[in-house]
Amino acid sequence: MSDATNTSNDTGNDTSKDTSKEWPLWEVFVRSKAGLDHKHCGSLHAADATMALQLAREVYTRRQEGVSLWVVPSSAITASDPGDKPMLFDPMADKIYRHPTFYVLPKAVDHM
Amino acid sequence: MSTPSIHVGTAEAVQYVLRIGDACLILAQRLGEWSGHAPILEEDIAMSNLALDLVGQARALLTHAAALDGQGQDEDQLAFLREEREYLNPVLVELPRGDFAFAQLRNAAVAGWLLLLWQRLEHSKDAEIAAIAAKAVKEAAYHRRHAADWVVRLGDGTPESTARMQAALTQLWPYFNELFDADEVDAAAAATGLGPSWAELRAPWTAFMSELLAEAGLPEPAPSRFQSQGRRGVHSEHMGHLLTTLQYLQRAYPGGVW
Amino acid sequence: MYTQALSIGPQNASTPAEDGALEAAFDARILEGEFIEPKDWMPAHYRKTLVRQISQHAHSEIVGMLPEGNWISRAPTLKRKAILLAKVQDEAGHGLYLYSAAETLGTSRDQMLDALHTGKAKYSSIFNYPTLSWADVGVIGWLVDGAAIMNQVPLCRCSYAPYARAMIRVCREESFHQRQGYESLLTMMKQGTGAQRAMVQDAVNRWWWPSLMMFGPEDKDSPNSEQSIRWGIKRITNDQLRQKFVDACVPQAELLGVTLPDPDLKWNAEREAHDFGRIDWDEFWRVINGDGPCNRERLAARVKAWDDGAWVREAALAYARKQALKEQAA
Repeated sequence: MSDATNTSNDTGNDTSKDTSKEWPLWEVFVRSKAGLDHKHCGSLHAADATMALQLAREVYTRRQEGVSLWVVPSSAITASDPGDKPMLFDPMADKIYRHPTFYVLPKAVDHM
Repeated sequence: MSTPSIHVGTAEAVQYVLRIGDACLILAQRLGEWSGHAPILEEDIAMSNLALDLVGQARALLTHAAALDGQGQDEDQLAFLREEREYLNPVLVELPRGDFAFAQLRNAAVAGWLLLLWQRLEHSKDAEIAAIAAKAVKEAAYHRRHAADWVVRLGDGTPESTARMQAALTQLWPYFNELFDADEVDAAAAATGLGPSWAELRAPWTAFMSELLAEAGLPEPAPSRFQSQGRRGVHSEHMGHLLTTLQYLQRAYPGGVW
Repeated sequence: MYTQALSIGPQNASTPAEDGALEAAFDARILEGEFIEPKDWMPAHYRKTLVRQISQHAHSEIVGMLPEGNWISRAPTLKRKAILLAKVQDEAGHGLYLYSAAETLGTSRDQMLDALHTGKAKYSSIFNYPTLSWADVGVIGWLVDGAAIMNQVPLCRCSYAPYARAMIRVCREESFHQRQGYESLLTMMKQGTGAQRAMVQDAVNRWWWPSLMMFGPEDKDSPNSEQSIRWGIKRITNDQLRQKFVDACVPQAELLGVTLPDPDLKWNAEREAHDFGRIDWDEFWRVINGDGPCNRERLAARVKAWDDGAWVREAALAYARKQALKEQAA
């Protein structure tokens, strides 16, 4: 069991937890029978990658949701900073010429 | 007032099917006891999946045994209303659930055995058995892998886990013999093409188990001369208590519809 | 219902000026109906409340496995055994999704479990009642899962996205739980024996009032609800949900042919809702605060499972570390 002393900083994150006894956290991605992409469906704890894969099968595919599973240690994921949202993503908003719907074509060839 | 027992006929084909069906039923009963008590949530879910697969296999086999027996009985009558001497599971599966090392070692041994059995039963001359086997073989393959991985992890984990796995091996080893017993029921099954004699499974199972124990770093126990006789309805003292629990509602509510 | 006894604690009175601006922006996002993701800025209070609520919700699922798990070995048919195994297994899964959602807020599974095992964290009081007959299993499906669904559907729009996502997954699985329970009762009532019908009525008599208590204290006695509602964590009040529940159950009970044990239960044409009797709040607080029929046993069972499993978890980690070292050396 982890240490009883929990010290929290402003964001509520524990800065002194003893994680040496905890099984690491893994993120699970499932590609469904009908799907083309792996979708993130949740996380779980496992001691190693082999176990993580099997447990992902047990926890996240009981209702025949998947044909393929990826498991990734949560610590391996790098996420974009929400504070950077304007810088990273807003410039795309005015480049609408990237979207097919920007281009008006005669009906006869509009199926492109 | 309580519901009277039913009786199943002694035709060899029925007995052969019941032995496997009861093995699945009784092991599922023991595995269900882990629900809410496993070492970690994820394994709680895994253990229940295993139990569910075995319940499914038991239902299919018991239904078919009843059909072969021809008395118009159903899976529930067979599962809940026989007398102890008519349950034909090997004693191995009725042993109490034990600790996690015991559970996984038993799971690995039984799954390894069932996988071999199902692979052969896929070629049964009995079409229904072949169909059941085709589905079950996939389940058994997964069960074996999951349990074997645990045997290795615990055999080669910490000194405590090694000691517990060793103790489990010592306790279970003598009961494995019954999985490879053969009598007139097996001979009849082999002759009619219903299924293999259990004796056929000893060599491949031993190969699997030797490799597993080696990987786990566990010395193989010496051969045992112990012979349990669950297949012939002679059980351990654990079976009576198990059946008391299993049968309680059906016995206590005659005519009940659930 | 997972916060029946939630006390958020004193809010930090003095916040620095910049936090004030951030908090205003945060409140605006909530008002807009935006979802908050793990890495977004959030008030410490919002984070703390969510960790408590989500983890208590998770604890409820896990402890909730025990009353029904009690009947797996005695299920009366193989079909019912399979259904019950699957249902209890789902509860474990729900607990898992919720622990995972809570972990995105900076806590860990082990920390949350420690809070549960040492009695610091609470779980839904309903699971402190014993399951004394097979009919209890059906009644739990009908009433307890029914109440849970009522609470959970609005949570699918909770402002904190990981919680909302977990709830969507949970809700998809939950309706099976209520249906299997109700169907089991219907079978016993319509096709079963007199003894079975009596068993069902007895179970209803024991579980009805505790089910109403699941929705927590009356609104007038729930000071924290307002803040939770403003933050988009709570969408409907306790009393509103409780009323909805009663109104839904009355026709269901009628169809089953059972009597709900409330002599004051009757249709009020003016309100277009059912009036119902007074809940025994003494019992409610007694059970929440540790003196219900099964509190000690439930907690002891969970602590035992965790303690008994310590060597297993350690061994798995030890093995993984050994393998990792071997791979590095290779």
